[in-house]
Amino acid sequence: MNNFLRKYFYGDIPEDKGGDELKQSPQVLSTGEDSDWPLWEIFIRSKQGLDHKHMGSLHAADAQMAIENARDVYTRRMEGISIWVVESKYIHASNPDDAENFYEPAEDKVYRYPTFYDLPDEVKHM
Amino acid sequence: MPLQETEKIFQGKIEAEIKIEPKDWMPDKYRQTLIRQISQHAHSEIVGMLPEGNWITRAPSLKRKAILLAKVQDEAGHGLYLYSATETLGVKREQTINDLHSGKAKYSSIFNYPTLTWADIGAIGWLVDGAAILNQVMLTRTSYGPYARAMVRICKEESFHQRQGFEILLVLSGGTKEQKEMCQDAINRWWWPSLMMFGPHDSESTHSDQSMKWKIKRKSNDELRQNFVDMIAEQAKVLGMTLPDPEMKWNKQRRHYDFGEINWEEFWNVVKGNGPCNKERLDARRKAWDDGKWVREAAEAYAEKKRTKQKAA
Repeated sequence: MNNFLRKYFYGDIPEDKGGDELKQSPQVLSTGEDSDWPLWEIFIRSKQGLDHKHMGSLHAADAQMAIENARDVYTRRMEGISIWVVESKYIHASNPDDAENFYEPAEDKVYRYPTFYDLPDEVKHM
Repeated sequence: MPLQETEKIFQGKIEAEIKIEPKDWMPDKYRQTLIRQISQHAHSEIVGMLPEGNWITRAPSLKRKAILLAKVQDEAGHGLYLYSATETLGVKREQTINDLHSGKAKYSSIFNYPTLTWADIGAIGWLVDGAAILNQVMLTRTSYGPYARAMVRICKEESFHQRQGFEILLVLSGGTKEQKEMCQDAINRWWWPSLMMFGPHDSESTHSDQSMKWKIKRKSNDELRQNFVDMIAEQAKVLGMTLPDPEMKWNKQRRHYDFGEINWEEFWNVVKGNGPCNKERLDARRKAWDDGKWVREAAEAYAEKKRTKQKAA
């Protein structure tokens, strides 16, 4: 497989921060081959009516194999009735370093909560 | 932001029990420690399949075969949860596995002991998995999110492992004279290596302090070991078996069991690679990897063929 782009996998670390020592250690395989199958993120619906939930990741050659491996790895005790697999490289994520600014617009809008409104006791359930 | 400042924010999150997630900033040392610890843990699950795999075909009944097969399959799964957690720290899976095969990475020394009789499978479930569970329950609260989540899943599945082991011994302990002897013999051989699983004394442990500060670990080696001894000493009575330690006795003042000193020379010897099965285990792993090469290649070729077909269609 030819990887022409530097892909940010789930949990991957941007070049400019962290893991300095790690990056210095050569990540080239002793065999010189890069035969890792692609990484897939696994989402499982545990029962009808619930959302698919992220369970973890695994390697597989293709989507079919990813689904079958996910069954063996994540549903050995009937934890799932439906499996989604997504190749990790297709997941785009927000940047935790921007969290402060990114979520800031929600911070000063207390009127979005029901408890913001004082109502007389006579109005029971609302 | 200066490094000192970011480190302070990081430590603040740890103190506030906020989990660290893969893309968050973390000190290099924290990352290194986790990579080492989680991958060692993963390798232990994978190598741990070998001593038990030895008995799958020889388990005494179809029921026992099915149970042991399920347990070994769980361990493969646990290895995968942990490899996947290691990968979130930025190391490639194949690199991690290469480090095991090259001998650079360690795994729990307990798996370098042989499984000589069927009772060993019981003793492994009861003692080895029992010791592992104490460690793993602690780790469900570890500060790194993916590791903690993997541990929650593992702990849910692991409790059957210990119970089935205890039950194997319970059946043997109610059996013939030979079966009883076999049971006691397995306990005698697995007891001390199980105690060693918790690692060196706190005073000798190189990684412990920092790991506690980062809340990667939440209990010290000696603390966990004491918990284990207290638990097992009581359970041994139910089996009607003894633990091979003349110094073991209840200490009223401490409200814990006292126990004898571990043979640390043996411990370090096995860690260094001179245990009874170190070579055999690594050879088996390497052989499995090499023999599986054509399967990996075939699967990839097949996936490629399907992709080409899809494109053409």
